[in-house]
Amino acid sequence: MPKATEISNDYVPVTYDPQYILMVNALKKYFPIKGGMVSKTVGWVKAVDGVTFNLKRGTTMGLVGESGCGKTTTGRTILRLSGEKSGGQVLFNGQEVYDLSKKEMRSLRTKMQIIFQDPFSSLSPRLPVGEIIGEAVREHGLVSKAEYNDYLDTVMSDCGLQAFHKDRYPHEFSGGQRQRICIARALALNPEFVVCDEPVSALDVSIQAQIINLLKDLQRKRDLTYLFISHDLSVVEHISDTVGVMYLGNLVEYGAKEDIFRNPLHPYTKALFSAIPVPDPKAKMNRIVLEGTIPSPANPPSGCKFHTRCANCMQRCKEEAPVQREVEPGHYVVCHLYDK
Amino acid sequence: MARKKPEGYLSAKESRKISRENRRITSELEKQRKRKKAPESEYLTQMRDIGNAVEFDNLHTYFFTDAGTVKSVDGVSFDIPIGKTVGVVGESGCGKSVTSLSLMQLLQRPQGQIVEGEIRLNLGDRAYDVAKMPYEKLQDLRGNFVSMIFQEPMTALNPVFRIGDQLEEVLELHNKDMSREEMKRRTIELLEMVGIANSEGVYKMFPHELSGGMRQRVVIAMALACNPRVIIADEPTTALDVTIQAQVLDLLRGLKEKINSSIMFITHDLGVIAEMADYVVVMYAGRVVEKGTTEEIFEHPAHPYTIGLMASKPVVGKQVEELYSIPGKVPNPIDMPNYCYFKDRCEMCLGKCEGEYPREISLSETHKVSCYRYDADETKGGNA
Repeated sequence: MPKATEISNDYVPVTYDPQYILMVNALKKYFPIKGGMVSKTVGWVKAVDGVTFNLKRGTTMGLVGESGCGKTTTGRTILRLSGEKSGGQVLFNGQEVYDLSKKEMRSLRTKMQIIFQDPFSSLSPRLPVGEIIGEAVREHGLVSKAEYNDYLDTVMSDCGLQAFHKDRYPHEFSGGQRQRICIARALALNPEFVVCDEPVSALDVSIQAQIINLLKDLQRKRDLTYLFISHDLSVVEHISDTVGVMYLGNLVEYGAKEDIFRNPLHPYTKALFSAIPVPDPKAKMNRIVLEGTIPSPANPPSGCKFHTRCANCMQRCKEEAPVQREVEPGHYVVCHLYDK
Repeated sequence: MARKKPEGYLSAKESRKISRENRRITSELEKQRKRKKAPESEYLTQMRDIGNAVEFDNLHTYFFTDAGTVKSVDGVSFDIPIGKTVGVVGESGCGKSVTSLSLMQLLQRPQGQIVEGEIRLNLGDRAYDVAKMPYEKLQDLRGNFVSMIFQEPMTALNPVFRIGDQLEEVLELHNKDMSREEMKRRTIELLEMVGIANSEGVYKMFPHELSGGMRQRVVIAMALACNPRVIIADEPTTALDVTIQAQVLDLLRGLKEKINSSIMFITHDLGVIAEMADYVVVMYAGRVVEKGTTEEIFEHPAHPYTIGLMASKPVVGKQVEELYSIPGKVPNPIDMPNYCYFKDRCEMCLGKCEGEYPREISLSETHKVSCYRYDADETKGGNA
């Protein structure tokens, strides 16, 4: 039986830089695999395995990758929504999120919010919309009782909902409207940082545009910072300032949107971008088709995790895991090809 | 038929009345369908153009619900030429899938019924009208002549049967004289054809042992089992990642060339359409608003809805400050207006739009659009 490996936890701690609202350093989140008669931990699913990035105030970072690569887990781990982290640091405004007590965490929750993927399952069917949006506002005592109703109306109208929607139930709304309710719920607490976990992938193209415009609009008005998780690269390019590409728990490339899209460096990023269908029948296709599928995160390949599918695989890639290095200013890549 | 109060409220009495009426209509239609011995002459028909594999002609598919009749497909006409791919685009609920299910006769019965129109299927030496065929006869065609690739590879496969058994079931049904060994050989050949390397192993596996992309390949293999002349692909890549999507699209393109069948490709991703299709059909609220070759649709979109749809999709490499979003929403399918369905959301309305639903106008031999902006004396408006 494989021995439950201890999680190695060697990283250089970062110091707080005030221009960044969020600093994520070598973040790890492993989920135990239970097995045997007594439910012993026999292995770990390395969902997030050393993710490092910084996020500037008022900007949007897009996080892309195939399903199962750990995008959502990264978002949830940053918000401390999935138990304890397995290693690394999450500094929110210079404060380590995982050091806070339950009470302190509770007050921090108003500052960081999440918009979930599926607007059909993330709203309670038994609560009226006003209650869904306002519950947390009341709980946290953000506004006085006298102002409560007016505050709710303002938030709802900001998100394109009308005041009379308050007494309705989620099933009475269409997908786009429900997503607006989810956004209103997150924004009612007046957060600084919002994780948007695939907010538009369940919606139709024309509704998608409405929601994306709404998110951008709200960002301008309220000076929000987004971590935008999506597998739709065209949406990510539209909304983000910086982009991170994830593969099997690792952030393989990360940098300004322009750098990433004009000059992708990592072989995986190149393949991913070449796979985007272009709505132009005359466009030439220069597609790099990746063979095979994403390996299991419970038993990732040795060395560079991408070497099993990489076109530029070298002997070294199979043995040694590459480290993140800055190839251009602000453009980081994890690949042996760019070692000097 | 739905007499409704302004807020859309139906009293129990009204609802009962509607459902009684519905039962009368649907049971009559069902009786027609369930006949054991229908003469062939009833559904024998003539293709308009012998070069087409399928012709949809003024198809009306309605759902008789207790809240009123939903006109899911309301006068759809288009052709699928032999050996070509026709892409059907539109928002969810616009009737894309119902059109394809009408061809397969897989509508939710007894509520869903084809009430008018013809679906002509070219069988080479003769042509059948699917809309009038009894179910019994259709069984021979379904999966054999016309087959379907479903949207969700996770739910399209039966979790309790092995992949090999599920594939062989199709072969067994349509080739009565095939031996066991032949069937197994054919199944493994099919799995190899869709690019599954470990075909002997996959033959014995259960669906849960495969990843999403692999499952979709199995579903495609199943659809190809009997060398169908027409393949309906209902959003075959929507549930997949971009990299896997690229693999599956490559595979479909290659297979089409290999077996020279026609594909009806349903999707809402304009990028995929541009890549796959020879002809594009744009649907809105149960009707075809525009159709033409892929070049025509993408280079000179004519209908305001098509233009809006293209502007609302962000494109990699093209930076815009704000995405265009089509205002308003799709009209209630139970209570369709009697003017152009898109009028309330259209930003290019003319005075004439008040009139009845616009007829189909030819911009070129293949390019057709249903919009008053292109009606005879109207000068061609600039593309917005």
